[in-house]
Amino acid sequence: MNRLTITKTPKPYVGGAFIRSESGRTFSLHDAAGNFFANIPQCTRKDLRNAVEAAAKAGPGWAKRTPYNRGQILYRLGEMLEARRREMIDSMVLFGCDKNRATKGMEISIDRLIYYAGWADKYEQVLGSVNPVAAPYFNFTVTEPMGVVGLIAPDRPPLLPLISLLAPAIVSGNTVVALASEHMPYPAILFGEMLATSDLPGGVVNILTGFRKELVPTFATHTHLRAIVAAVNADDRKALALGAAESVKRTRFLDAAETDWFADSAQNLYAIRDTLEFKTTWHPVGA
Amino acid sequence: MSTLASEKKKSSSRNGRAAPELIFGDLWEYDPSPETADPKLKSRYELFINGEFVAPKSGKYFDSINPANELKLAEIALAGAADVEAAYQAAQNAFDKTWSKLAGRERAKYLFRIARLLQDRAREFAVAETLDGGKPIKESRDFDVPMAAAHFFYHAGWADKLEYVAPGARVAPLGVVGQVIPWNFPLLMLAWKIAPALAMGNCVVLKPAETTSITCLKLAEIIRDAGLPPGVVNFVTGAGEVGAAVMAHPLAAKVAFTGSTEVGKIIMRSLAGSGKKMTMELGGKAANIVFDDAPLDQAVEGIVNGIFFNQGHVCCAGSRLLVHEPVADQVIAKLKNRIRVLRVGDPIDKNTDIGAINSKEQLRKITELVDSGVKEGAEIFQPACRLPTKGFYFRPTIFSDVTMSHRIAREEIFGPVLSILTFRTVDEAIEKANNTAYGLSAGVWTDKGSRILKMSTELKAGVVWANTYNKFDPTSPFGGYKESGFGREGGRQGLLDYGKLA
Repeated sequence: MNRLTITKTPKPYVGGAFIRSESGRTFSLHDAAGNFFANIPQCTRKDLRNAVEAAAKAGPGWAKRTPYNRGQILYRLGEMLEARRREMIDSMVLFGCDKNRATKGMEISIDRLIYYAGWADKYEQVLGSVNPVAAPYFNFTVTEPMGVVGLIAPDRPPLLPLISLLAPAIVSGNTVVALASEHMPYPAILFGEMLATSDLPGGVVNILTGFRKELVPTFATHTHLRAIVAAVNADDRKALALGAAESVKRTRFLDAAETDWFADSAQNLYAIRDTLEFKTTWHPVGA
Repeated sequence: MSTLASEKKKSSSRNGRAAPELIFGDLWEYDPSPETADPKLKSRYELFINGEFVAPKSGKYFDSINPANELKLAEIALAGAADVEAAYQAAQNAFDKTWSKLAGRERAKYLFRIARLLQDRAREFAVAETLDGGKPIKESRDFDVPMAAAHFFYHAGWADKLEYVAPGARVAPLGVVGQVIPWNFPLLMLAWKIAPALAMGNCVVLKPAETTSITCLKLAEIIRDAGLPPGVVNFVTGAGEVGAAVMAHPLAAKVAFTGSTEVGKIIMRSLAGSGKKMTMELGGKAANIVFDDAPLDQAVEGIVNGIFFNQGHVCCAGSRLLVHEPVADQVIAKLKNRIRVLRVGDPIDKNTDIGAINSKEQLRKITELVDSGVKEGAEIFQPACRLPTKGFYFRPTIFSDVTMSHRIAREEIFGPVLSILTFRTVDEAIEKANNTAYGLSAGVWTDKGSRILKMSTELKAGVVWANTYNKFDPTSPFGGYKESGFGREGGRQGLLDYGKLA
């Protein structure tokens, strides 16, 4: 007689905890074969606001960590993914991803985390500057994280684009509220479990599950989100840009169709720059 | 006769003596000392499109007046949609056929030429700038014009070194850039905008502010004299509708705007979904923070420069003075003494410290906000200086007993009005300084180097001045956090905002 397995209640990772939607709403998720898999929380704008609050709370502490420490934590996140890569690949295949592609995507996801982990204590040396002003001042420009970043990755593939956009945002000390793939939310939930065991402080990364059309308007208008990074369609772009105008929010839109997430070109220093502010200080030189 | 009188004050300096007051009052009348260089103004200025001065298709012109005496200086062409269209066609054509094909070192030479030609005519431009905008001649002569030339000179050298702008990536120009600039630093803002755009290989359609178009169109003469290929730089003049047309034009690959946060938001909304790149340099409500260990006399000079420079028409003006409680009375007393001797009046006079308010409209805004400050219970101080009978003038004004909720502590006044708040601890200073929707700049006055760096780290502002204020340099990136905008101008960081990664 077969043992009845314990099925998991998938919960998104928000504020360092695994949550249900405050609304109590869920939507049912079926695997590629059409079998019932689980009920997924259908997060609301209130959940999004809670997530932003968690991210805002975690922000100053995360930004104050030393770059060396942030680099190690991102590396540790890579370790967690490596250890559970088989489970992640299975979760993608279960929902219809091609096995080879899922495997490759997982490997690149891990390598991409390691790539950005290595940038943690280097990007400042490349992007910042000492400026030779024509006056007796030591004038220097340093980067700072923007703050809380709203992140909407493309729906497919479910993991690689999310990590490709998330890692460059958090490596500099930003905190992130991300929206999981609507059609394949489970890999992002699994990723949340890896985040929880990676030494990353709670609230640095928050991943909501739910429907884009419900959550995009709140991503657009929430004033505590200082930046939006999104790979979305033209309508959502416009909605996000319109909302961004209300609080002069920074927006970075990517064309999901034109981005080859598997390529090396999908990772670079300038993805880190996208969620940085530049601050210039004039310090007097003299006795 | 002594010009020093000790003032009986409840506040006293650390050595126990009251701050002495300088009394100039009516002791001496200053003779006028006007700058007499010829600004070489034309009676009528046309649009500058495709390397030529052309009349607007509508045939309409508007007057540009001298805000110091309300007299008409010149007529300025009023551009319409058809003129903006012609400017963009010229720019796109220049980009496709000449400018983008030109070697960087050749682009550099044009920019060097512009810098040199501007230096040659510096005094003439300074006088024109002062007549048109109302700023004191000492500022246009010693700051605006030389700094504008410096921006061209700095960016010229970048044009053939673009492979060093973004290490690890190749950069390419965007195409045609639409730019709209404000009236507070007409020539300097123009230089900030077009020098990096051209160095990167873009072509430009720019609209100056309607009250200050003259130095822009004078620079067109220099651009022509420098032999810049036609269409690389185009100027269209007029008010808000022209600006909207410049921002919204489909050929604009990027728009750069400097102006109020209110208008910046309107532009952002109107361009939502267009995919245009943007740089926004918007308003500010900067905190100028004075600690008790600061060199106070130096700090008072910095506070005065921070808020009264250019009549306070400065987006990064130090309009909120946060002063440490132990020295608050002393600083305020010194400040009052200092502003009593500021000379307000004819901007063309070389001794003038505070010139004319740029326009009647701006004077109305300042007056309205100052009235609100009085109504909300802050204590106002204005020196009893005489103001000219014609023209737009406003006395230097300081408000003490200001609280964070007062409009004068939250809204950008853009005039010679300082709001003074106090604090007790470093944390309180940081909290108050950051408690604003803006984040353009901040000032810190302290003797302690470590505190400067701590404050600089904590302040949410794009530029932090330590023991100085309102310093600018082409090598030094400038731009805001939060609702003060995004993108930078100046330095390697600002230059990259005019390119794309190829």
